[in-house]
Amino acid sequence: MEAAAVVTLIAVVLVILALVVYLVAVILELRKITAGLDAVIESVGAIVSKSKPVNGVVESINKDLSAGTDLLEGLLDKKAGQDDAAGLVESLFPGAGASVLARQGRTGEVKNIDEVYTRGAVQLARLGRESPLGAGAMSGAALRDPTSSSAAARSLYSHPGSPVADQPGGPRHQPRSPTIGTEASKGVGSDDSDESVDE
Amino acid sequence: MTLWWIGNVVLLLVIVPVVVILLRGVLDAAKKTSRAVDALRPVAEAASKDLDAVELLHTTQEQVSQTVAVVADYGGSLDTVLEDA
Repeated sequence: MEAAAVVTLIAVVLVILALVVYLVAVILELRKITAGLDAVIESVGAIVSKSKPVNGVVESINKDLSAGTDLLEGLLDKKAGQDDAAGLVESLFPGAGASVLARQGRTGEVKNIDEVYTRGAVQLARLGRESPLGAGAMSGAALRDPTSSSAAARSLYSHPGSPVADQPGGPRHQPRSPTIGTEASKGVGSDDSDESVDE
Repeated sequence: MTLWWIGNVVLLLVIVPVVVILLRGVLDAAKKTSRAVDALRPVAEAASKDLDAVELLHTTQEQVSQTVAVVADYGGSLDTVLEDA
């Protein structure tokens, strides 16, 4: 046999050997992959079957919660008024006031209840005090500080002409005893009688 | 004869290496896929286990329905108790 033929045979055998070795290795890997995918598909099937009822249940929960939200918002609208209702919701859940306005079919700026203390806030305070939530444990952070919030609101709402707390007519004013004698005031009925006594 | 030798050289120096390189590429890809599947198996099992709590959604659903019903009753009482704006 000629040398060239021997070399050709050797080359062909090498090619066939390489094909056999690598293809057998690939087949073994593919079998491992198949076995692995079988195990994975089992778990994926479990995921699919377990998550199947989620949509229906979550939609039902959302429906119930939406009904509850509508109910409470309707009550809040009725008791506090539409403007204050949106403002109250905004003060409790920042950003939610706009959606309340949208549900009311209105647009515009939500009233800032933090700055404007309104009848609606009073209603909310009553709800807080008289509801089971208000009668809960006293520990933890206060939900609302009626004194400070009221003082802040009163400072905003105080009429310029109305008396301050410790001035005549104010809530904390205590009139002095009347002056008797020559330095007594001009008399009851005069314009500056009370004021002059206090001074 | 010369052409035969040239053919042999081409076979040994070009075709055999190319065949080996291509087959090695296929094998590497298969091995990578196998590793990925092996890594995927515990993840899928864990995800399946995480969804065991989905059954509790039915309880949540019942609780929400009952709570909303209570809130509705409470709201009706509040509507009566509180004065309108």
